[in-house]
Amino acid sequence: MQINHGNTTIIKPTSHKGFLYELKNNWQLFLMLLPGVVILIINNYIPMFGIVIAFKRYRFHGNFINSIIQSEWAGLKNFEFFFKTPYAFQITRNTILYNLAFIILGLVVPVAFAIMLNEITNKKTSKIYQSVMFLPYFLSWIIVSYLAYSFFSIESGFLNRSVLASLGISPVKWYFEKKYWPFIITFFQLWKYTGYNTVVYLAAITGIDNEYYEAAEIDGATKLQQIRYITIPLLRTLMIILTLLAVGRIFNADFGLFYHVPRNSGQLYPVTDVIDTYVYRALRNTNNISMAAAAGTYQAVVGCITVFTANFIVRKIDRDKALF
Amino acid sequence: MMSNSVLTAKRGIRKRNIGNRISPFTNILINLFFIICSIVCIAPILLIIIISFTDEKELLVKGYSFFPEKFSLKAYDYVITAGDTIWRAYGISILVTLLGTVLSLMVICFYAYPLSRQSFKYKNFFSFFAYFTMIFGGGIVPWYMVYTQLIPIKNTIWVMIIPYLMNAWYMIIMRTFFKTTIPESIIESAKIDGAGEFRIFFVIVLPLCRAGLATIGLFCTLGYWNDWWLPLMFITEHRLYNIQYLMYQTLNSIQYLVSGSAQFAESAKILAELPSESARMAIAVISIGPIIFAYPFFQKYFVKGLTIGAVKG
Repeated sequence: MQINHGNTTIIKPTSHKGFLYELKNNWQLFLMLLPGVVILIINNYIPMFGIVIAFKRYRFHGNFINSIIQSEWAGLKNFEFFFKTPYAFQITRNTILYNLAFIILGLVVPVAFAIMLNEITNKKTSKIYQSVMFLPYFLSWIIVSYLAYSFFSIESGFLNRSVLASLGISPVKWYFEKKYWPFIITFFQLWKYTGYNTVVYLAAITGIDNEYYEAAEIDGATKLQQIRYITIPLLRTLMIILTLLAVGRIFNADFGLFYHVPRNSGQLYPVTDVIDTYVYRALRNTNNISMAAAAGTYQAVVGCITVFTANFIVRKIDRDKALF
Repeated sequence: MMSNSVLTAKRGIRKRNIGNRISPFTNILINLFFIICSIVCIAPILLIIIISFTDEKELLVKGYSFFPEKFSLKAYDYVITAGDTIWRAYGISILVTLLGTVLSLMVICFYAYPLSRQSFKYKNFFSFFAYFTMIFGGGIVPWYMVYTQLIPIKNTIWVMIIPYLMNAWYMIIMRTFFKTTIPESIIESAKIDGAGEFRIFFVIVLPLCRAGLATIGLFCTLGYWNDWWLPLMFITEHRLYNIQYLMYQTLNSIQYLVSGSAQFAESAKILAELPSESARMAIAVISIGPIIFAYPFFQKYFVKGLTIGAVKG
């Protein structure tokens, strides 16, 4: 990428004239940008202004804009209500704890897998393992919920009927017993994304110059020493950056994982309910728009702060890797 | 660091194999480990495939098993002959995926191209305009209001397409593709020859960036095919269910029956309409079908896209 920098920076912007001049001269480029700009405004920017809903007692008045203008101000009442419910703590705790577990496991497991895959002597079998482990990434959470159901179904699931029955253990009501779910959720997260992350780290490992390893070998370094003193230090930047980017999104949970895999089972909410699923249910099921908006805004604001912080640190480490 | 060219990587693998190997015993251990991991990854998928081929009565009596005694094609027979809703949902999925991928490729490429041009004065502003959406969002409540009240396209095919048309992350990857494959000098000389921007874009730039188009195209295809989020938010009419959402609704109705909240007459009616257990799994299998079919392409371009995405130019 650095090599190409040379010929892309030949032509510097020369115009010092205003926007209208640019628009007239480069109208074709602006026309190209137009569809994307329109979509971003509709899909992202208007909803940003819609945050005022969280500060209003939202009532429906004919149309969207009228409803926003005519609904009376509620100040921070909606937030007060939200933070007084026991859910505020529960969903924040669940979101953060799951994400922490995912961040740690999503770092350690793929790096270990990538290092091991790289050492396998037969490269063809290594490719096969990669392909197979990458497969779950391509399945939707709905399919994953079907897979989970075929194992955990209370009446006919594989675990209850085949495994537990042959061990003489009485069937478990999986979808009602919350003690198992932190593990099940974490398992499926790893199941879906480990292959994907392994491939990312493996690409970085194969990019390491081989001369390092040759020199180390001549000096009599063992495999483990080579991994410890060459591979891991050279992967460090990538590891730090991917981890920080994940830390930045610590307030955002994967809705599909937490909604579909436990099949939205009410008994499991204490351990599976996260901010995203709570907001969805408040909006669609209980129709509590103000509460949903308050929780959503809380997530957006806190999330924005964490992303900025994480990005700030990434920028300190490697300017090019920063998001902005 | 990662981009230090695929070439050296390939040479590296070959060279490294000569002397610096792990012991055969460790090799076997690692292989065993990955065989187990591979089984863990593939077993659940195999299980639903096997269930879809298992005799319905056996499922009721013995539950789901990897080694059924009696195989049956009845589930697929049902899906093919009786599954009007299923094929309709499948058709919706195909339509949305095709339309969505084409439109979203257009929007993303059109947006990424001017930003890849060094001479374009406002490239930083428009880059930030897209980046910012990755950092901050209004949450789903106002977003939901926009599509239900401001532009009421709820319960139309468009609501499953428009929200995903523009994606800042894919746009950045595409911009990197343009930047690294198209030297600005080619564009300048074409301009001197009197070609307009659109002509340059379609005749020179796009043909040179086929790999980029394929990468982003596959990202979009997968996103649209696997989508259940937009129907969950915006679709209530049965005739517009896509295949993912249909599967979700099926499993949901069963839960409703099991929970016992349905009246007797009502549950009899729902029960009659519901596909049998094996048929449900057959629907899941045919929904994975196209992905498995396109898997080699997916893998090839995904890895490429991932590497570029992780490097970010």
